[in-house]
Amino acid sequence: MSLVVDIALTHIRVRARQTLVAVAGVATGVGFSIVMAALMEGSQVDFTRQLIDALPHITVTDERRQAPMQPAEIAYDAAEIHGLTPEERRRGIKNPLAIMASLEAWVPGAVAPATKTQALIRYASRDVGVTVQGIDPHREPKVSMLATQMRQGTLASLYRANNAIILGTRLAERLGARLGSNITVQTTDGANLNAQVVGLFRSGVRSVDESTAYVLIKTAQILAHQTGLVNEIRVRVTEPLDAQTVAQRIERESGYKSVSWQEAHEDLLSAFVVRNIIMYTVVGAILLVASFGTYNIISTITHEKTRDIAILKSLGLREAAVRRIFVLEAIMIGLIGALAGWVLGYALTVALGTIEIKNPMIDVTRLPLIYSVRHYAMAAAAALLSSLVAGYFPARKASRLFPVDIIRGAA
Amino acid sequence: MSAVPDTEIEGGVASGAPLIAAIGVTRILPGVVPTTLVHDVDLTIGRKECIAITGPSGSGKSSLLYLLGLLDLPTVGEVRIRGRATAHMEEAERAHARLSTLGFVFQFHFLLPEFSALENVMLPMKALGGLSREVMRERAMSLLASLGLSEHTTKRPDQLSGGQRQRVAVARALANDPPVILADEPTGSLDSASSEQVFQILRDLVDQRGKTVVAVTHDVDIARRMDRHILLQDGGIMSDSGKGR
Repeated sequence: MSLVVDIALTHIRVRARQTLVAVAGVATGVGFSIVMAALMEGSQVDFTRQLIDALPHITVTDERRQAPMQPAEIAYDAAEIHGLTPEERRRGIKNPLAIMASLEAWVPGAVAPATKTQALIRYASRDVGVTVQGIDPHREPKVSMLATQMRQGTLASLYRANNAIILGTRLAERLGARLGSNITVQTTDGANLNAQVVGLFRSGVRSVDESTAYVLIKTAQILAHQTGLVNEIRVRVTEPLDAQTVAQRIERESGYKSVSWQEAHEDLLSAFVVRNIIMYTVVGAILLVASFGTYNIISTITHEKTRDIAILKSLGLREAAVRRIFVLEAIMIGLIGALAGWVLGYALTVALGTIEIKNPMIDVTRLPLIYSVRHYAMAAAAALLSSLVAGYFPARKASRLFPVDIIRGAA
Repeated sequence: MSAVPDTEIEGGVASGAPLIAAIGVTRILPGVVPTTLVHDVDLTIGRKECIAITGPSGSGKSSLLYLLGLLDLPTVGEVRIRGRATAHMEEAERAHARLSTLGFVFQFHFLLPEFSALENVMLPMKALGGLSREVMRERAMSLLASLGLSEHTTKRPDQLSGGQRQRVAVARALANDPPVILADEPTGSLDSASSEQVFQILRDLVDQRGKTVVAVTHDVDIARRMDRHILLQDGGIMSDSGKGR
C-alpha cells in the first residue's frame, strides 16, 4: 500500500502544473456552485422573509367564515329562512383581553391588539381615503416590522401629542403633509378628529404606504365611536412555517377568522413553488456541469497515464494496486480542489455581498446571500464523487489491459 | 483467452528444470481476421545463456519474448517458469514469478517520467516487497554505480541521455536480482556508441554475473556476438543454434 501512496504522491507532486490545472478546475466548479447556491437560496429566503414580514404572521379579525346562524336555524334542523334582515351585532372581537391572554398562554410568539377603521384624511384641501390602524406602540414591534420601517419619528412618538398619527410616506406625499402637520381625520360615522403627524413609515409595499395610517388604539376607538373596540389581534409566531396550523387552532378555539400569512399570500405561494423548482434546477445543473468538468480533467490525466499503467503492470504491480494509485490521485485532486473551491466560493460570496444596488425606486440594498454549510458540503461531495468516478473507471479500464497491448502500441 | 492443454505438473519446482520452457506455444491475436503471432514454438532456456532472437519484421520476435516473460498469455501451449506451469496462476502469483525470475528491458526505456533514476530502480523491489527502504536504496545505488550511473541517481528520465536511460532500465531489470533478463530491441533506439555500451553490459551480465540474457534484436552484428541464435520466421522457429545442447 505504501508503494501505491508513494506513486500517487509523486505523480501529484512532480506534475505540479497539471495538478494545479486540475485542482483549479475542480475549485472553480465547487466555488461557483457555492456562490450560485448562496445567491439562489439567499434570494429565496429574502423573498420569503419579505412575504412573511409584510403582514403579521396571523391576523385574527372580528369576521367569521360563515354568515351567523339565525336563532330559528339553531333551533330547528330543517328550518330555512328567507328575506330576513340579519341580526345586527356589535362590532369587534368580544372580550379581546381574555382571548389575548389565552393566546399568550399557548401560542409560541407574541400577540398584539389593533383597532382598524376606515377614514378620510383631509389636508390642504386634499382628501385621501385610508385605513386607520390603532396600535399599541409597546406591543406592535413584537408582531410587525413597523418599528423598523419608520423613516421619521418612532412608534413612541404616538404618545407625544394628543391624537398623534403616523402616515405612510406615499400617503404623506399625496397629502403634501410633513412631520408636524395638523391634519383632519373623518369617518363615515361623522367622527372628526384633528391629528398631528408625528412619524412617517415606509414598508416598501406601495398599496400599504399609500393608504395606511397608525394611531393609538384609544384614538382609533374614538374614531370608530366605540370604546374598548378591538377588531384585530395580530400574532407573530416564532416559527413562521407553523403559522397555518396555529391559525387553524385559533380559529377553532375562538371562532374568529384567523388568516395566516400563507393564506393571505396564497397566490404568491404558488409562484414560490415554481421558484423553488427553478432554484433547485439551476443549482443542480451547476453542480452537474461542475462535476463534468472535474470528470473531464481527471479522466484525461488518467488516460494520459495509460503507458505508465502498462509499465507498472509489467513491473509486477497488480491490477487492484494500479487502480488504487489513480483513484487515490483523483481523490487527492478532488479534495484539494474542494478545499480551494470552498475558499473561492466564500471569497466570491463575500465579494458579491459588498455590491450595492442603487435604484431610485428602492432603498439601497445588497444582494441577498446566505452562507450555508449544506451548500459547501454538497459542492464538495459532488466534486469528490465525480473525481472518484473519473479516476476509477479509466483506471479500471487501463489496469485491465495486458501490458503488451500498450507496449506493442508504443513500440 | 488462453486454452492450455491439461498437462498438470507434478510437484511444482523441479531443481533441474530449465529457467523458462515454452511448450507448443501459439499466440493468436483475436479479431475479424485472427492473426497468428507465434506458432507452435518449443523452447527451453537454461542458466548462463546469452540468446539472440532475430527475424524479419512481423516474425513474432517480440511476441515470443512477451510470452516467455509472462507479459502475455499463449492461446495454445504453455510457458513454465522453473518448471512451474503459469497458465492457471493467480494474477498475484504470476506477478511474483515474474518479479523474482525475470527482468525486462524494452526498446524504449519505459521509465516512469516522474521518478528519479534511483526511484525507478527501486520500484520493482517495492513491488516484490520484503526489503527495508534502506536496503532497497543501498542495492539500487550499487546497481546504478555498477552501470556507471552513480552521478545520475537523482535525475529524472528526461534529464538523461538515451544510453543513460537504457542503462537505468537495465538496472531496474536487475533490481530483484532475477536469473533471467529479457530484452526487447534494447539497442534499437540508441546510437552506435550507446548501443555498444548497452550490449557490453548485457554481455557482462552473462559472463560476470552468471545471468541469462534473452535479447530480441535485428542488429546482425550484435546477434553474432551472442552465444545462441534463434531465427524466427512467420511465428515459428527457423533455426536454433543451441538446439540439442
